[in-house]
Amino acid sequence: MTQAQPATYITPELKADVGVEHPGQKSYPVAASDIRRWAIAVYWPEKPPRLFWDEEYAKKTRWKGIIAPQEFNPFTWPPVRPANRPSAGGSGKPGSRILNGGVEYEYFAPIRPGDVITSTNKLADLFERQGKMGLMMFKVSQTDWKNQRGELVRTGRMTLIYY
Amino acid sequence: MPPVTYAEVKEGQEVPVFVRVTDFMHWNRYAAVNDEFVYIHMDDEMGRKVGQKAAFGMGNLQVSYLHNMLRDWIGDDGMIKKFSCQFRSMNFKNDTITAKGKVLKKYEQGGEKLVDLDVWTENQAGQQLCPAKATVALAR
Repeated sequence: MTQAQPATYITPELKADVGVEHPGQKSYPVAASDIRRWAIAVYWPEKPPRLFWDEEYAKKTRWKGIIAPQEFNPFTWPPVRPANRPSAGGSGKPGSRILNGGVEYEYFAPIRPGDVITSTNKLADLFERQGKMGLMMFKVSQTDWKNQRGELVRTGRMTLIYY
Repeated sequence: MPPVTYAEVKEGQEVPVFVRVTDFMHWNRYAAVNDEFVYIHMDDEMGRKVGQKAAFGMGNLQVSYLHNMLRDWIGDDGMIKKFSCQFRSMNFKNDTITAKGKVLKKYEQGGEKLVDLDVWTENQAGQQLCPAKATVALAR
């Protein structure tokens, strides 16, 4: 550790934000092509399951039509980037370097072509530890997704480690 | 491969593996669909700058590989209910990534046939990249 590190990375502003719910993003309508392309990318180089691109086939499954793979992200390619999106790697200064400490998802209604997904965010937990990389701050963010009918689609928690 | 049935599932049973030898062909496609353009996934020099030996693949792609393995096992009428993971090691170019899983327990709850599993991805040296837990619901 060559650079000085502060006694804490937890600012009063961060602390005050714990548990406060914020509106998140609203997706563009999910297109069947978004789902097909996602499936092709994550199964590359093999052909993805028909459920994700063949409507005739998908109709015969319990889903009665194409659904998205459950880990699908409907919030990609906004014309304007959300300001709070952290950049991996950071600036290299203590407290700005970020590691993804893990994710936790629970899935409910599937995402289908035409769906518009809305998210809400909150800082669920905030704590610090001394580790082998020096002082580390753990930010646990909760993000919940609903579709245009108000049905819960996914709850998620992500831990980002700042060091 | 027909979907696994609840009657067939046994504690300790291993899930058929999902394997990919990964490089920029996989990562660039994933960057495009997840809108995840970050220098550490694109540029070896930037990978070294954050203390790694080179550029490396996205953690979220490991998440997809684990979902793929589970989907191949449970079939189109099954459903992944819960998934949690940590990102422990990096996926470097030409690594053979194998998604693996082992059944922890099976149980019926709320009218659903559920299976809890330990799942993980590992590289060709047997090093775990993405240790995870999952719960799936089986159709029959």
